[in-house]
Amino acid sequence: MLSFIAKRLLSGILLLVVVTSGTFFLAYLAVGDPTPGLLGNSATPAQQAALRTKIGYDQPLLVQFWNWFSNAATGDFGTSWRNFQPVNDQMALRVPVTLSVVVVATVLSAVIGVAVGIACGLRPGGMLDRGLKLASVVLFALPGFWVSLVLVMWFAIELRWFPAIGYVSPDQSVGGWLRSITLPSVSLALGAIVMVGEQLRNGFLQVANQDFVRTLRARGLSGRRVTMHVLRNASPAALTVLALLFVGLLGGAIVVEIVFNLPGIGSLTQSASQIGDIPVLLGLTAVTVVFVVIVNFLLDLVLGWVNPKVRER
Amino acid sequence: MTAAPFPATLAPVKRISLWRRYLRRPLGVVALGVLMVVVAAAVLAPWLSPFDPNLVDFKLTHATPGDGHPLGGDSAGRDILSRLLYGARTTLFGAVITCVAGLLLGVPAGVAAGYFGGVTDRVCSWISDALQSVPGMIVLLVVAAGTGQDFAVLMVALGIFLAPGYYRITRARALAVRREPYIDAARVAGVTNPRILRTHMLRAVYAPIVVQTALTAGIAIGMQAGLQFLGIGSASTPSWGQMMNDGFKNMLTYPLILLWPSIALGVTIAALAFIGSTLADLISVRTEQPARRARLRVRQALAGPAPAPGDLPDRVSSGTHEHQAADCALRIENLRVGYATPTGVKEVVRGVSLDAAPGEVLGIVGESGSGKTQTIFTVLDLLPSGGTAVADGIWVDGREVGRLPSAERATLLGRSIGYVPQEPMSNLDPCYTVERQLVEPLRHVHGLSKTAARARAREVLVRVGITDPDRVLASYPHQISGGMAQRVLIAGAVAGRPSLLVADEPTTALDVTVQAEVLELLRELQQEYGMALVIVTHNFGVVADICDRVVVMKDGRIVETGPVERIFRHPEDPYTAELISASLDDTEGRHELDEAWDRDPRLDADLDRSAAHVGGEDDAR
Repeated sequence: MLSFIAKRLLSGILLLVVVTSGTFFLAYLAVGDPTPGLLGNSATPAQQAALRTKIGYDQPLLVQFWNWFSNAATGDFGTSWRNFQPVNDQMALRVPVTLSVVVVATVLSAVIGVAVGIACGLRPGGMLDRGLKLASVVLFALPGFWVSLVLVMWFAIELRWFPAIGYVSPDQSVGGWLRSITLPSVSLALGAIVMVGEQLRNGFLQVANQDFVRTLRARGLSGRRVTMHVLRNASPAALTVLALLFVGLLGGAIVVEIVFNLPGIGSLTQSASQIGDIPVLLGLTAVTVVFVVIVNFLLDLVLGWVNPKVRER
Repeated sequence: MTAAPFPATLAPVKRISLWRRYLRRPLGVVALGVLMVVVAAAVLAPWLSPFDPNLVDFKLTHATPGDGHPLGGDSAGRDILSRLLYGARTTLFGAVITCVAGLLLGVPAGVAAGYFGGVTDRVCSWISDALQSVPGMIVLLVVAAGTGQDFAVLMVALGIFLAPGYYRITRARALAVRREPYIDAARVAGVTNPRILRTHMLRAVYAPIVVQTALTAGIAIGMQAGLQFLGIGSASTPSWGQMMNDGFKNMLTYPLILLWPSIALGVTIAALAFIGSTLADLISVRTEQPARRARLRVRQALAGPAPAPGDLPDRVSSGTHEHQAADCALRIENLRVGYATPTGVKEVVRGVSLDAAPGEVLGIVGESGSGKTQTIFTVLDLLPSGGTAVADGIWVDGREVGRLPSAERATLLGRSIGYVPQEPMSNLDPCYTVERQLVEPLRHVHGLSKTAARARAREVLVRVGITDPDRVLASYPHQISGGMAQRVLIAGAVAGRPSLLVADEPTTALDVTVQAEVLELLRELQQEYGMALVIVTHNFGVVADICDRVVVMKDGRIVETGPVERIFRHPEDPYTAELISASLDDTEGRHELDEAWDRDPRLDADLDRSAAHVGGEDDAR
């Protein structure tokens, strides 16, 4: 078990290093000289050269990479090229907002998706099952921001149940915070719910036809107890999808935040991308990948707990 | 970024038949029609558009529909319909770039990984997993920052992030094809790898790739619109995402501006999703449990009168009863089992009657497909989904149970009836320890306390001949051998002290050396607990070893019933004689068989015949 954890952890760190380094070189190669974008077209060559020196862009690429990487390894992502604020400070304000939306959306998709998946798996071909099939077809592809625009038009503007835009910090009011992140989370979660539900339903039906389920029934176990056995055997595929969805939701949240005007990483990423503020983009990439690695690690732990064979891999 | 829910193996489908079958699906046809309209709008945009999409007319700002502008004007005073039509161009152009990029990267990598395996597979799969773990939106924004918002480059980058979808489905399919014998045959015949890949692999992965492309196009269009909504892309190229952004800013005052592009985007994506799902339905074999109505139809077909005079003999029960109903541990009267198929009802058991007294060992012998296992499943009331049973009577412990509601039938299981399955490994839940699987029924079905249940489980394990019960209790199924697993299953079946034990081919999946031990164990337990034992087998050796009476089944009917001695000596039905002689090459029960032949010269002819038949195997031994 210990070597299993160590192996997963190593693999996660490797992923983090590869992705952040890759993004670093991708960004530098793609952006080229960032100073015209940062200063605007009216800046003189002298001003541009001064900025290049200030942000260290005049140094060789590998030196810049080492500087960035060695600092990033200690958790310091440098300063923004636009306002020279530490990247860490900006992220500390915004990451919790995005994370709360994504985590609520993930929890919603897990809880409701599992409930729907079991209900459909127990009665395949029933009303709910056919509804899920239809919903999964449509919601699988519709982007979260499209759904969020529909929800805003309906629930916030027509019915006025939720605030259309804005964010309330949980420090000010927990109820207000919940109300402010409900619509964003739901619009992200809708597609994820049907994906998890569909995956679990298919796994459930597959397992329900296996021999050991008949043997469990033949021992006299109640339907509820047999369902628990089936569920545990069917859960790995649904859990894997849930972890993949977390990554997708992080990306989707960026656009959904703009719709709801939430002060998360969405608007920060958008503005940094438009002016070529590379340290901010790299910091955001690193932080999101860290969360992805953590989620994948948790997934591996849960999969190992669910299926004893995985532990010995 | 998101995985399509796909089965790993898909039935190979011919191109023409797929297309024809597609046109029979109304939903698919409608979706395809919608997509055609969008494609036509994109292609014909220069001729269909009433105005230049970028022409600004200040009078038109926020204009309501009408007056030569069917959809009104946007916040900059541009004609919305024209922008919508040109936007379709941008959307489809981007989707094509993304799909082609994803296809060119994902498919060759998937075929290579699936076909060559090894390092190629590990490297490609790691890259694919890594790509799926990267929040693509952020990296796309990084790319957008650098490329001066070049739309085509951005769409290629998006294609890279969607390539894992192609990779995974192609790899799974290539892996399945690689294991097919015809690929080995082609290699042995000297066909080169590139040629095999071209001819066999591409044909195999073609259909799933079409499905994946429909889904990928839908996702690509959605993400593209998201990027445009964030302000990525040239301002002079009209796009739906950009129009939604414009509408979003004026949402409270002029909601119509947001409505049009939202409808266009939603409908296009939904059409692609429905095309993909219809195709996926056509190429994957989905078996749905039939509804209650279908079960009723089977029931009626089984119970109803014979439709034609020629069917009449089938409607008469086969087999006989030896004992009074009230004295039986098990009694079945005129059992029929049917399954609903697309072409009608298939009857697998057609009128079977048998019984077994307490302490008696009854063998049910027959080839695969004779209906013997289905008969056993009916006793348990655990037919596979889609199966329905009808009987004049089913008696357990001298009590008629055939008409009880299924919840009450279920209470017999584990208490009155124990079940020993065929495949030991697939009949243990791989996720739980042996202890958990033995203790759970003892606690929750038989009401034992935790410690009592554990003690009982350990005791039964020792009884079935397991010498280190504590290690086995702590083990997971994959950690014990097949013979050990079968002993665990027998322990589970007898732990509740049932009066009737049904065993479905309990030795077939075991090594020859273990087979005899397991049979001996079943015999001992049966005598010790005074159970009736009904044992299903295709092997007359097993019958000779432990049965008192035997029922011979063929095509869902009983051809002969009688005491073992008599059946071996004077098989009345030629089929029985054939089965007995076919069992010759099995080791167990050989002695009894030899005795039977010694006593019955009538079988000598059969002996010669089957000796010639199994000669090859005899030589090998």
